[in-house]
Amino acid sequence: MTSKLNQMIASKYFSFFVTLALFVILYGAGMAIYKGFMRPQVFLNLFIDNAALIIVTIGITFTLIIAGIDLSVGAVLALVCMVLAWLLANTGIPLSLAVLLVLVMGTVFGAVQGYIITKFDLQPFIITLAGMFFCRGLTAVISQDTIQIVNPDWVALASYRIDLGVGFVSIGAVVALIMIAIAALVLGFTKFGRAVFAIGGSESSAALMGLPVFRTKVMVYAISGFCASMGGLAYSLIMLTGYNLHGLGMEMDAIASSVIGGTLLTGGVGFIPGALIGVLIQGVILTFISFQGTLSAWWTKIVVGALLCVFIIMQAFITEQKSKLSSKSSMEDNNNPPQAAPAAQ
Amino acid sequence: MEMLKKFSGSSLFLPVVALTVLLIFNTLFVDGFLTIQMTEDGHLYGRLVDILNRSCSLIILALGMTFVIATSGIDISVGAVVAISAAVVCTLIGGRGDGVAEMPMSVAMLAAVGVGVLCGMWNGLLVAKFKIQAVVATLILMTAGRGVAQLMTEGQIITVYYKPFEYIAGFLPNMPLPTNIFIALAMVILVAILMKKTSIGLFVQSVGINPTAARYAGINVTMVIFLVYAFSGLCAGVSGLIESSLIRAADANNAGLNMEMDAILAVALGGTLLSGGKFYVGGSVIGAITIQTLTTTMYALGVSADQLPVVKAAAVIIICLIQSKKAQEMFDKWKASRHSQQKNDTKAVIGKAVKQL
Repeated sequence: MTSKLNQMIASKYFSFFVTLALFVILYGAGMAIYKGFMRPQVFLNLFIDNAALIIVTIGITFTLIIAGIDLSVGAVLALVCMVLAWLLANTGIPLSLAVLLVLVMGTVFGAVQGYIITKFDLQPFIITLAGMFFCRGLTAVISQDTIQIVNPDWVALASYRIDLGVGFVSIGAVVALIMIAIAALVLGFTKFGRAVFAIGGSESSAALMGLPVFRTKVMVYAISGFCASMGGLAYSLIMLTGYNLHGLGMEMDAIASSVIGGTLLTGGVGFIPGALIGVLIQGVILTFISFQGTLSAWWTKIVVGALLCVFIIMQAFITEQKSKLSSKSSMEDNNNPPQAAPAAQ
Repeated sequence: MEMLKKFSGSSLFLPVVALTVLLIFNTLFVDGFLTIQMTEDGHLYGRLVDILNRSCSLIILALGMTFVIATSGIDISVGAVVAISAAVVCTLIGGRGDGVAEMPMSVAMLAAVGVGVLCGMWNGLLVAKFKIQAVVATLILMTAGRGVAQLMTEGQIITVYYKPFEYIAGFLPNMPLPTNIFIALAMVILVAILMKKTSIGLFVQSVGINPTAARYAGINVTMVIFLVYAFSGLCAGVSGLIESSLIRAADANNAGLNMEMDAILAVALGGTLLSGGKFYVGGSVIGAITIQTLTTTMYALGVSADQLPVVKAAAVIIICLIQSKKAQEMFDKWKASRHSQQKNDTKAVIGKAVKQL
C-alpha cells in the first residue's frame, strides 16, 4: 500500500492530478454554493477572461523547464498592446502588418534576452527583471496616456463570438487553446522538446550529450517573448487600448499558474495541460469572489500566494521523497540483483 | 600616485566614480544644484539635501539586500514588505482628521518594524529551512504582500493627520537635517560596527561562496541564511516607516513599488557580485545614493517617473555585463588578439622595410 502511494507520489503527473482534483473541488464547491456556477457559460468565461494569461503561461512554462525564468512577460504584453494601439492610431499601415510587427518585436526581444543570459552566463531573473523595467519604461515613452484602438477590423475581431451551442467563446480563447495544444505537442513529441527537458534536468549533461544547448536556450526565451506578445494581442482584444499599466504583475500570475500546474521550479519537469489548469484555478477563485460580491479582489492575490506556497513546499517534499526512493531502490538493487527491477522513477 | 593606484584598485572605485560623474553632470546642467540654504526655522534646504533625504529608505533597503545577495540569494519581496509596513503604521495611528492618534506612535512604529521582521523570517524559513530558491520563495510574498497591504487599508489610501508622524521623514524641532538621514546613518554605523567587531561578515561571505564548505567549517548555515532574510525584512520595515511618513499616508498600491529593483541595482553598483560571496556595505550605500541622484537628475531633465525604468534597466544590464566572467574573458581575448595583430603588423612593416633596403 505504502509502496503504491510512494509510486504515485513519484509519478511525473502527481502534481498535475493534485491540481486537477483541486480545480474540480473548487468548481464543485462553486456549483454547490451558487446556482450561477452551473451555467456552461461560466465555465467558458474562464477561457475567455484568461486567454492572455493562458498564452503567457505557456511561454513561462518553457523557461521554467530549462530552470530559467522570464519576468518580462507582463511588460512585453503591455508594450505590445501599446505599440499596436500606437501603430493603428498614428500610422496608416494595415492591421495585419501591425500585428506581424508586434509579434516579431516581442519574439526578438525575448531572443535578445535569451542571448544575453546564455552568452554571458548571467542569472536569468536579473536580466529579465531589467527587461521588464525596460519594456514598462518604453511603453511609457510611447505614451503615458491610454490609447484607444478604434480600428474597425480589430474591434470586430474583439466582439466576434463563436457559438458552441451551450455558450460562446472568443477568438482569444480559441487561439489560447490552439497554442496550448501546439505547445504540448512540441514539448512531448519533438526533438526540440526533449532537448528542453534535458537542459532543465542538467545543462552540462545535455551539453555532453551533444544537444544544442545554446540554441535551445535562446529559442526558449524567444518562445517566451512570442507567447508574451501573442498574449498581448489577446489582451488587447479584451481591452481595446494600449496603456502603461496593462498586465501589471502578470508574470507572477503566470509563474504561479505554471507552478500550481506541476512545473518544477528547479527545472526539468513541466506539463502544459497542468499550466492550463493552474490558470483556470485562478480564474475560478476570481469567479468565486465576483459571485460573492462582498469580497475584495485582492483576496485572489492572497489565495494565489498561499496556493503557490503550498505547491512549492509540496514540490520540495516530492523531490526529497523521490531522492529517498531512488536511493532506497538502488540499495535494494545491490542486495538482491536478480529480481531487482522496481520502478525507480 | 601610489595612493591613486591603491584607490583605483579598491572596491569603492567604480561606485565613487559613477557618483562623481553624475554630480559633475548635475552641477553643469542643473541650475543651483550645489546651493544649500538655511530656511528661517533652521532647516537646511537644497537639492543635495533632498537627494540625501530621498535616498535614505533605499540605503536602508540596500543594507539588507547586500547581505541577502552576499549569501547568493535575492529578496524580491522588499517592495511589498515596505507596503505592508506602511499599511500597518498608518492603520494603527489612524486617519482621524482631528490629528489624534488611535494608538501611541511608538507602538505603531514597533508593530510596523515587527511585521517587516516577520515577513523576513517567513522568507528566511522558506529559503533556509525548506531549501527553496530565493527568487521563488520571495516571489510568494511579492505576489501576496500587496494584497495583504490592500486588505489592511481596505483598499483606501489612509492619510495620517497626527503631527509627530511627520517627524520620521521630516524635521525634528531644532534639527537642521531630516530625521531619516539620522536613522539611515545609525543603521549603517550599526552594521559597520557589527562587521568590524564580530565575524558575522565572514560567516555571510563563506556561506555565499560555498555553503557546504561553510557547514563543514562549523558555521550554522541555516541560521545565517535565516537571519540574513530576517534582517532584510527589518530593513524593509524601517523603510516602510520612512516611505509612509514622507507622504503621510499608506498607499498599498504604490508604496515601495519597484524598490526591489533599485535595491538590487544599488548593491550591484556597489561592487557586490550578484552571484554571492564578497560584499561591500559601503559600496551599497554609495550605490543607493547614486541611484537616487540619477533619479533626481532624470526628473530635473524632464523625464517622467514612468519612463525612468528604461535608464535603470540599461544600467543594470551594463553592470551585469561588466561583472560577468564570460564578458571579461571575451574582452581579454579580444585585447590579446589585438595585441598579437599589432605585433604582426609591426613585423610586416619591418619586413617591408628590410626588403626595400
